[in-house]
Amino acid sequence: MMKHTTSMAKLLLFAAGLFLLGSCQQAQQDSSTTPTEETATSIETKGQSAVQDPDSKPNILQIAINSKDHSTLVAAVQAAGLEDVLVNAGPLTVFAPNNAAFDKLPEGTLEELTKPENKEKLAGIIKFHASPGKYTENMLKDGMRLFQASGHYVKVERKDDGIYVNGSKLLGSVPASNGIVYVIEDVWLPPEE
Amino acid sequence: MKNSPLLSKSFLVLPLLALGFFIGGCSNSQSNQPGSRSGGALSSNVAEQVYVAPGEYDEFYAFFSGGFSGQVTVHGLPSGRLFKIIPVFSVGAEKGYGFNEETKPMLMTSHGFIPWDDSHHPELSQTNGETDGRWLFINGNNTPRIARIDLSEFETVEIIEIPNSGGNHSSPFTTMNTEYVVAGTRFGVPYPQQDVAISEYADKFKATLSFIKVDPETGRMNIAFQVLLPAYDFDLAHAGKGASHGWMFFSSYNTEEKHTLLEVEASQNDKDYIAAINWKKAEEYLAQGKFHEVPARYAHNYYDTEKQLATSTIMESVKVLIPEECPGLVYFLPTPKSPHGVDVDPTGEYIVGNGKLSANLTVHSFSKMLKAIENKAFEKEVDGVPVLKYEEVVAGIVKDAGLGPLHTEFDDKGNAYTSFFISSEVVKWKVSTQEVLDRAPTYYSIGHLMIPGGDSHKPQGKYLVAMNKITKDRYLPTGPELCHSAQLYDISGDKMKLLLDFPTMGEPHYAQGISADRIIPRQKKFYKLEENKHPHFTAGEKEARVERNGNEVHVYMTSIRSHFAPDNIEGIKVGDKVYFHVTNLEQDWDVPHGFAVLGAQNAELLIMPGQTETLLWEPKAEGVYPFYCTDFCSALHQEMQGYVRVSARNANVPLKWSLGSYEEQ
Repeated sequence: MMKHTTSMAKLLLFAAGLFLLGSCQQAQQDSSTTPTEETATSIETKGQSAVQDPDSKPNILQIAINSKDHSTLVAAVQAAGLEDVLVNAGPLTVFAPNNAAFDKLPEGTLEELTKPENKEKLAGIIKFHASPGKYTENMLKDGMRLFQASGHYVKVERKDDGIYVNGSKLLGSVPASNGIVYVIEDVWLPPEE
Repeated sequence: MKNSPLLSKSFLVLPLLALGFFIGGCSNSQSNQPGSRSGGALSSNVAEQVYVAPGEYDEFYAFFSGGFSGQVTVHGLPSGRLFKIIPVFSVGAEKGYGFNEETKPMLMTSHGFIPWDDSHHPELSQTNGETDGRWLFINGNNTPRIARIDLSEFETVEIIEIPNSGGNHSSPFTTMNTEYVVAGTRFGVPYPQQDVAISEYADKFKATLSFIKVDPETGRMNIAFQVLLPAYDFDLAHAGKGASHGWMFFSSYNTEEKHTLLEVEASQNDKDYIAAINWKKAEEYLAQGKFHEVPARYAHNYYDTEKQLATSTIMESVKVLIPEECPGLVYFLPTPKSPHGVDVDPTGEYIVGNGKLSANLTVHSFSKMLKAIENKAFEKEVDGVPVLKYEEVVAGIVKDAGLGPLHTEFDDKGNAYTSFFISSEVVKWKVSTQEVLDRAPTYYSIGHLMIPGGDSHKPQGKYLVAMNKITKDRYLPTGPELCHSAQLYDISGDKMKLLLDFPTMGEPHYAQGISADRIIPRQKKFYKLEENKHPHFTAGEKEARVERNGNEVHVYMTSIRSHFAPDNIEGIKVGDKVYFHVTNLEQDWDVPHGFAVLGAQNAELLIMPGQTETLLWEPKAEGVYPFYCTDFCSALHQEMQGYVRVSARNANVPLKWSLGSYEEQ
């Protein structure tokens, strides 16, 4: 086998195999067949964000990682454990706050949110920046509402100087293999329940 | 789990035990006997040896022929997991192979469009006698053809029909550098094909052995020449290697030249022949012009990867070499009794004739053969072909090896492994001494066996796969039709060890194995849009459109997560031939889109990223018909749908198309 297997898992399979197939009462067993006392654990596998694929058109996470203006967002996504979501087939529309947007937050907010105990809250904030579906600019019409992955709605406004979503001006867009990314200069906090 | 009474199991093996075959039953088994139902198969680390954990890769690819399914299946070893079914000689509804406009020409023959064949022997291309992972060849047995699969795409890219042939069985075995793949006819056929009394078989019928030249860069095939021989049934073949490189060996039966009840009539002679063809000599004769350009109609189909389109060309003639005019081209090696497989060991010195009605295996010596030719040690001559004296060419026999030998493959340690159909076992023997070393039962009635690289100059050893014809009680029953099986043996030690038993598709007549590292680096992830030269390619949604030309309508459609452009079409009329040319605009690994439209009388399209495919739809009645993406491509896959409105023949509904209610980008 090309990679190493988890020995625990092998033991589990082995033990199960013995149980299922060892139907013959007279079967002799040599000592090596005796299962050990170890208990099995589940198999560790990495999520889709670990897929090595330098050839495909970049996905949303790769676009964020490759943008030096989005290093804080990427760190937040990692802290929230949402990397796999952003490489999934999607399609997703992501409103991506740049580093300047995070700088506008009150001091200490980000440090607080990236603490392990606030993982869920941080994830909720990030999901508030993503809409299922790929909304290209021509699909964003004045007055329409976008349903966000957090379960909330945000409003689209078309003004003379550009398109605004949830009050933030869309500063630019990057098409991704699995959707589209709009750069914004605000971090959105979901409305309180 | 299985409800198999132990008593009946023991009863089943009794006759075999009486014959002296060692098969472990429950009551008398030894703990290390592979394959016994006593749990003995697990009396070592067997499960660990075949277990490939989730997310991990198998060490080997295995390519199995699908037999009467006409296809090829791709499995991993040691796990036996099935990865892909590659449609080759039969239409494949799964991705519209043979149904869409691009691949229909792949199944054209001189007899017209043929949606089925019987695929038998996969054969990997080789460089310096080693499998190189570039192409996989496979023969179509019924309407004689050879196909080439490109292993960067795992798709069939070429099919060539073989004229003057019937039952393309001894095919498509390759030479050391894939200079040629061969195609020997199993059935004698009138030469040229004509209306003639069957009783005139011996006079009017002939057999041909075809050599198909393979372009070393592109892989493209062309029939270089055919050798005309008496109407024996040519069964299998293998190329010389090392010292015997330059020769190709074909087994035959029915040297009696009978045409009825062959079961009896073709088993009369003590010996049939292995035909040894000196193909380097053939090249000399071709260069000297000593060939006959003979009229022959056969199709040559080629899939152009850039245009993503297959074309079929009918060829008009073939070059034929006649042994009487070409001394030194062919020799016959007498071989007992109706040999099936002819297998050449990795050194190229030993040529094994698997005489399927004999208890012994005949092992010929290449160097003795050369000496016999030099000394003109001929028994007689048949139609200009010298028959070498058996005693002058035989190196030895494997005595009482088993019953019904069919095929032999080799490891990298000087051992041979022969399948025995009647005695349901694999027998391991030492090539140089013909001494039997080990035997292992198979369940049941093994046909072919395969070792990765086991028919090449450099076998990779480690595993052996037995392909069994009969499974009876081996799996959960599935009605009268049961799967065939593959059984995996560890051959790294002195004794063969049964590891795994897995079901296969159709009838795997043969398989090829290759270490995964020779194939993985060649893999294509998707087709680049900028390289798409399809005549009906749509570069982006802006170019999506519908064009009418008489009653032909061409829809230039695109698909991307998660919509088609256009997705509303009106102005189609009953009687129109509507061609949906769908381009998948994705440039992302593993994101195909499907396309299906209600009432289509062919299949779906399954379009890989960057590809264009075409479905012909001929609506029969007025109405509005939905179409949709068949592959769960994305979270909004269920939204990936559209409508076509079909109006009466004489309606004046204008042609129009759209996507969404906003302007196009």
